Amino acid sequence: MKSLKASGHVLASSAAQLDLIEGDNFGKLGLPSFHEQLGQIGLFPLKPTQIDIFQVNMGKMCNQVCQHCHVDAGPDRKEIMTRETMQQCLDALAQTTIPTVDLTGGAPEMNPDFRWFVTELTKLGRHVIVRCNLTIIVANPKYHDLPEFFRDNNIEVVSSLPFYNADKTDRQRGKGVFADSIRAMKMLNDVGYGVAGTGLILNLVYNPNGAFLPGSQESLKRQFKRVLNDEFNLTFNDLYAITNIPVSRFLDYLLKSGNYDGYMEKLVNAFNPGAAAGVMCRNTISIGWDGQLYDCDFNQMLDLTVASPVAHIRDFNADILNQRAIIVNEHCYACTAGAGSSCGGSTV
Amino acid sequence: MQTYYDPADLKKFGKIGEFQKEFADKFFAYYGAVFAEGALTAREKSLIALAVSHTVQCPYCIDAYTSDTLEKGCSEQEMMEAVHVAAAIRGGATLVHGVQMMNKAKELSM
Repeated sequence: MKSLKASGHVLASSAAQLDLIEGDNFGKLGLPSFHEQLGQIGLFPLKPTQIDIFQVNMGKMCNQVCQHCHVDAGPDRKEIMTRETMQQCLDALAQTTIPTVDLTGGAPEMNPDFRWFVTELTKLGRHVIVRCNLTIIVANPKYHDLPEFFRDNNIEVVSSLPFYNADKTDRQRGKGVFADSIRAMKMLNDVGYGVAGTGLILNLVYNPNGAFLPGSQESLKRQFKRVLNDEFNLTFNDLYAITNIPVSRFLDYLLKSGNYDGYMEKLVNAFNPGAAAGVMCRNTISIGWDGQLYDCDFNQMLDLTVASPVAHIRDFNADILNQRAIIVNEHCYACTAGAGSSCGGSTV
Repeated sequence: MQTYYDPADLKKFGKIGEFQKEFADKFFAYYGAVFAEGALTAREKSLIALAVSHTVQCPYCIDAYTSDTLEKGCSEQEMMEAVHVAAAIRGGATLVHGVQMMNKAKELSM
C-alpha cells in the first residue's frame, strides 16, 4: 500500500483536507463549530497553560502504512528531520526546563540520527518518550538491539497495538503486523520493559478499528492485560485509549466507507467540556521534521503552523509561544469527545 | 423509501419524555444504573444486551449495541458468539416444545 502522497490522492493536500473538515461537508450536518463550543464554555480563544511536553516529529518515514495514519507515513515518505534541526531542538530545550520530550514519526527510529539525538536528549536530563510502532524492532537486524538501547538510555516506550488479536490489528496496520508486534513486545519484556519492578515503562496505545469511539480506558487495559498475559505471556504498564482524528488517511476512510457524517455527529454529541479544558495542545509544543512549530501533531499534518511570531524551532521562545491562541478546527472534536483523547490517552 | 424503522429515530430515543416525562426519567435513570459497572462488568453487560437485541429483533438495539460492544473492545468473535447464544436459546426454546408435541402425539396415538 502506498501513502496518499505517493498515490497522488487529493487528500495528500492539507488544503483539501481543511476544505473537507471545515467546509460544506461539515456545515451540512447542522452541528455547532468547535470554536462555538469552546466559546460557550469560555475557552475561546484557546490559550496554552505552559509547555510541559516537547513533541518532536522526526519524520514521515515508516516501515508500516496504517489505514488510519494521520501522518500519511510510510516507506515512500522521505521527509525526515536533519541533525541540524535536531541540534536546534536541543538548543531550544537547553534554555527551558520542559521536563518531557516525546519523539514520534513515522517510525522515529528510522531516522539515521535517532540514536545520536536520544543520547543528547538524555544528557540534558529530560524524560524521553519514544513512540515505537513495535514492528520496527524486528523489521531489520540493525534495529534488533533497540530494546537494549532504550533501556540503556532509560527511555519510556509507548507502542501502538490497536487490538489484542491479529485479525483487527492487521486490518488496521497491515498483514503480519500483529505477529511482529508480539515478537517485538517479547523482546522489550525480555530486557525488562513493562515488567514490574524494573522501572522500565512500556505503555500501549489502543485506537478504535473504525468509525467508533474508544470505550473506558481502564476496562480496555484490563482486557488487553488479561489476553496478552494469558495467550502470549506478555506484560505492559499502562494502556492509552486514543480517539481517531478525522485527518489524512482516517478522513479518507470515513469518506470512502460512508461513515463521515455519523462519526462527526458522534464526536460533536460527545463533546465534554472537562476534556476541552484538558486538551494536550495546551501544554504541548509540536515540532515538525523541518523545524516548524505547531500546536499538536494533527495541526502539523494540516500545515496549521502556530499563530505566533515564533514559528520555527531556531527562534524558539517559550514565553512568546505561551501568548499565542491555539488554532482549532472541527477535527479538534476528537480530542474532546467522551473521556477526552491525547497522546497520553484519556484526559478525564 | 419510507419504512417503519428509521435509523435516525434511534437518536430521538431520549425524547420519549416529551409525552410522559416522569416515566421516561425513571426509565433512563434505571437504564443507566443497569448498564453501569457492577457485579458484571459494563463490557459483559454490553455483550448480553447485544444478544438480547437479536432475540427481541430490535434494529435500534442491534445498531446501538454493535457500536457499544466495539467501543468496549469486544472482538468480532465475541460478538458473534453472543448472537449464537441468543440463537441457541431461541432454537432451544422452539425445540423443547417438541416434547410437548411428542407428549400430545403419544397421547392421541395408539
